[in-house]
Amino acid sequence: MKSLFFKEILAFFGSLTGYLVLGLFLVALGLIVWVFPETSVVDYGYADLESLFLYTPYVFTFLIPAISMRSLAEERRSGTWELLQTSPLSLVQIVLAKYLALLLLVVLALLPTLGYAYSISLLGNPPGNLDWAGFFGSWLGLLMIGATFAAVGLFASSLTSQQVAAFVLGVFLCFVLYFGLTALAGMVPGDLAYWVEELSLSYRYASLSRGVVDSRDLFFLLGMIWIFLGATVLILKKK
Amino acid sequence: MSLQVSQLSKVYGTQKALDAVSFSASPGRILGFLGPNGAGKSTTMKIITGYLAADSGSVRVLGEDALAHPKKLATQIGYLPENNPLYLDSYVREFLEFSGGIYGMKSADIRRRTEEMIRKTGLQQEQHKKIGQLSKGYRQRVGIARALLHDPALVILDEPTTGLDPNQLVAIRNLILEVAENKTFIFSTHIMQEVEAVCQDVVIINQGKIRSAGSLADLKSASSQVTLILETEEALELSWFEGIGTPRFGSKAPHELVLLTPNAAAARKAILQVVALRQLSLIRLDQGNKNLETLFREITQGQ
Repeated sequence: MKSLFFKEILAFFGSLTGYLVLGLFLVALGLIVWVFPETSVVDYGYADLESLFLYTPYVFTFLIPAISMRSLAEERRSGTWELLQTSPLSLVQIVLAKYLALLLLVVLALLPTLGYAYSISLLGNPPGNLDWAGFFGSWLGLLMIGATFAAVGLFASSLTSQQVAAFVLGVFLCFVLYFGLTALAGMVPGDLAYWVEELSLSYRYASLSRGVVDSRDLFFLLGMIWIFLGATVLILKKK
Repeated sequence: MSLQVSQLSKVYGTQKALDAVSFSASPGRILGFLGPNGAGKSTTMKIITGYLAADSGSVRVLGEDALAHPKKLATQIGYLPENNPLYLDSYVREFLEFSGGIYGMKSADIRRRTEEMIRKTGLQQEQHKKIGQLSKGYRQRVGIARALLHDPALVILDEPTTGLDPNQLVAIRNLILEVAENKTFIFSTHIMQEVEAVCQDVVIINQGKIRSAGSLADLKSASSQVTLILETEEALELSWFEGIGTPRFGSKAPHELVLLTPNAAAARKAILQVVALRQLSLIRLDQGNKNLETLFREITQGQ
């Protein structure tokens, strides 16, 4: 299982795609947080990173399915899936190794944003004045959203042997889970709206961003990851 | 008996891919799994390796039920799937070491076996190249090296020689002979010469049914008919040869005649008598070999 994990990481960084995806992600975030006047922290006047936390999920919606699309779809298209499936690795081990590799890439993409927090804290008045609890709550939220999207992306990749189809499907599922359910909650009446809202990822994210790490939110997101990884294993078993 | 397949059946939709397939293979022998395209060779192999599920029947590998515990037996089986799928972006050595890890080998063993397989398959020059850069023959060697890396007891190669040029073909055949050692070796092919060149046992399958299974020597002697070919300058008539085997015209009709007979010596004499009687100018009288090719055609087309 360890060797599959390392092979996945190597496959990502062994080609240009890996650097391209991570590079573009950081460039896009950098532009949003520091350069574009609409969203720039420097023009905003308050020492917080709200724009980072507001826009990263949008970028994630496209970025993570782009990383995860090849994960299983490519194996199936090229036939190497047969090598994996006839190996001693169980489906659970294969899915877990692939998921953990994706997760590491999400963490790698997010790590540089810790530097943003340091810069912003220096810009505060007095320097060092930053709502650290809010920041880490949000950062943890972002990480959990990324982890959930990775599970969703892997699931999308298991459904088809076409990478592009896996990407489109992944983007769509992430979009529905993050934005779609919240929008839907606004359209349905009464108590139902409350339940729909509770299912939405953005609701959980907003809750974590307040700086209070509520175990219900964490368990909800971990449950989502578990469900999507489980569904991935089931799909692979059927095929 | 290290592989025992019995009454294996598999249905794809309405098509019966395998119909009560039974055969066995024993250690130290190379078994050729022969059949025309679409006969059910790959399906059988995929079921043995646990990639596909069977509808009914049983597969025992080293005495254990392979259909019930495919993962348990995975380390005992070396498998080269049809079309030899490989990670084209990987380097040869890196890929082999990765495979060793997947099969749960210790890192010292991985290094030793990788070294050994690279040497045996003649990949020394290519070991630091990307698999995508290699020619088809070398890719095939990488696939075979991968299948043998974890030192399995049962080796299954699905059409390992398809699409190779004659030189590569001989190289891969020699490789198979060399690495087979005391393993149970099965490889599928639709080329008869392959089987004659390397196998001791032959299983012939067609339309999902086993048509013949046994040793190559038995199979050859079971072939009853000998082919005689007569060519003359004059036009021949089939009626002249009535009573001498079963005559038909060959490709150069009416100057060429092909005759199937169980008794070559008597038939040759009778033919020469006809030639003398009709005062024909003889160009040639050949006796065809009792090769597997004719036998294969008899078996797979006769039914």
